Amino acid sequence: MGRFIARRLAGMVPFIFLVSITVFVLIKLPPGDFVSNYAASLAASGETVDDSMLAEMRHRYGLDQSWPVQYWHWISGVAQGDFGYSFKWQQPVSSLIGERMGLTLVLSFATLLFTWAIAFPIGVYSAVRRYTWGDYFVTLLGFLGLAIPGFLLALALMYAGITWFHQDVGGLFSPPYVDTPWTLARVGDLAAHLWVPMIILGTSGAASLIRIMRANLIDQLHQPYVETARAKGLSETTLLLRYPIRVALNPFVSTLGWVLPHLVSGSVIISIVLNLPTAGPLLLQALLSQDQYLAGAFLLLLCSLTVLGTLVSDILLALLDPRIRFQ
Amino acid sequence: MSDITAGATLPQTSRYATASEARLMWLRFRRHRLAFAALIVTILIYLVALLVEPLAPFNPDKSNGRYVYHPPQRLHLIDHTANGIRIHPYVFGEHLARDPVTLAAHYVPDPSQHVALGFFVRGDPYRLWNLFPGNIHFFGPVNPRDTVFLLGADRLGRDMLSRIIAGARVSLSIGLVGVGCSLILGIFFGGLSGYLGGRVDWFIQRVIEFILSLPTIPVWLALAAALPKDWSPVATYFTITLIISLVGWTELARVVRGRFLALRSETFVTAAWLDGCGQGRIIFRHMLPSLASHIIASVTLAIPMMILAETSLSFLGLGLQPPAISWGALLSEAQNVTSIATAPWLLLPGVAVAITVLALNFLGDGLRDAADPHAH
Repeated sequence: MGRFIARRLAGMVPFIFLVSITVFVLIKLPPGDFVSNYAASLAASGETVDDSMLAEMRHRYGLDQSWPVQYWHWISGVAQGDFGYSFKWQQPVSSLIGERMGLTLVLSFATLLFTWAIAFPIGVYSAVRRYTWGDYFVTLLGFLGLAIPGFLLALALMYAGITWFHQDVGGLFSPPYVDTPWTLARVGDLAAHLWVPMIILGTSGAASLIRIMRANLIDQLHQPYVETARAKGLSETTLLLRYPIRVALNPFVSTLGWVLPHLVSGSVIISIVLNLPTAGPLLLQALLSQDQYLAGAFLLLLCSLTVLGTLVSDILLALLDPRIRFQ
Repeated sequence: MSDITAGATLPQTSRYATASEARLMWLRFRRHRLAFAALIVTILIYLVALLVEPLAPFNPDKSNGRYVYHPPQRLHLIDHTANGIRIHPYVFGEHLARDPVTLAAHYVPDPSQHVALGFFVRGDPYRLWNLFPGNIHFFGPVNPRDTVFLLGADRLGRDMLSRIIAGARVSLSIGLVGVGCSLILGIFFGGLSGYLGGRVDWFIQRVIEFILSLPTIPVWLALAAALPKDWSPVATYFTITLIISLVGWTELARVVRGRFLALRSETFVTAAWLDGCGQGRIIFRHMLPSLASHIIASVTLAIPMMILAETSLSFLGLGLQPPAISWGALLSEAQNVTSIATAPWLLLPGVAVAITVLALNFLGDGLRDAADPHAH
């Protein structure tokens, strides 16, 4: 098992290298650069723009060098844990993204647990009681969850919060805790705010997991081994929990690989709507203002999370199902 | 059932025995009631997208400062007139009033005024598909100078119902065009990968895995942010479609590859090969037809994903920009708390998105069940 993980981790290195090139090309794709954007915003506010000052800025930020040189500077810094400097915020990137990436992770994991906690019992119920009103209701609910885009759900919840509870549901912290160091009270405040984005983000994932669980369990319920167990005199609950559900759990775990990136990716839009202090809003701003190292760090970390998610799901799958071997 | 008597079974069996693959799929599909209902809803929605101009009661771009954030009006049917009860659609006239304390504007319905509505009425002139001039609207006020806001008005006093109908054309066609692009890419690369196997297969599979492991929304954001703001709406439209299908094709390619691999060892393919058929003939004449049903189902399930993607991008202001009208662009008006609180009807385009995606999902589900010959 140790060798398996080591080999997979080693395989990730060239992959992340490829990702970093893709990310850099993506950021460099828009015409112009940060300085030309900055000049445009200065001109828009009516200030005079001095060409020599712009050239000096470009030189200071290293934007006058060729792409490969800029890329090399960036990636060799990243390899040593230095993500570069944000032009817009005039701060090192790592101090900007640290807490935001952490909160993105917290939100994604909380959502993942929430998704499993509701999808598992509902999926089992709708498979065992197939074609009953309960099953139809759950199926309809699941499809609704798939059909309503997350940001729309966020907007609707915001509207409900304002009209009925006279409260803004956005953000992850109450005003007194926004810029304070981490204390137990702050963690509690985070937990009190986390459930809104968690539900919004988890709905579509839960909907598809319910469908998967239901389909897999239905396939298993009529297998001969279930009949055997029943003939042996096992109670329905024990029988269900001991055999078919264990087999049906398989795809449940293997979806982890794409559920995690899906969550991280979905959280971007929802955080922009709900104004959460996670990666989303800052990434969007950085992309629009071509703050290249900030956007690059976010994109690179989000992509790496995806790869890690796949690895974790592979390991869990091998632990759960003895038929799957580490190869 | 009728299976008990041999006489009733026989024609039934022969009907199935002689039915073509498409006919069998259709018969299986018909049994799926929900999917059949979804098919009808989908056809209706696409008809709306096709006939935007005559269906929209007003010109969706016509703004009017007097009707800023006009709330939705209730439709009435029973009219108590002096000559007894008359049944026809109408709404109450409304006038603008100001709160004496806060001076906030709001609209007060006036039950003494009736705005009569009718079908096939004359209204704003239009050119259907930019070709045929006309001014007959399917539904609207009888007097062309009257206004009616069944779904409210936006911040420029434009009719939301007309705008939602107009947005259907862009949002729905982006789904179709995007799926078309991913279909071509997916069948080409998936087929190549599954049919040739070996190194080509290995390489294409690694590329697909690479694309699949990139988080979609951040990558879309980055690509869409690269679009110059001064491009024409048509150019933006096609680029956005391409960006969305850049990810979509990989799923289709996987489906096609998997089916190709399974089909390659089927006896009928070996038979065709032994008969001396060329590769092209084997692929297009023998293998593709048996893939068609699966491809149709996957495509139907891919369209709602594309629609959601466009909606999200335009909502963030990275996709289609106003004055272009799409459901996502309409929703971007409802981005902040204040506008939702003053005019919650700005969220209605989202309902249109949800209904469409729901119908397409049910339809795709039914088609997939119908396409699978092993389903019971």
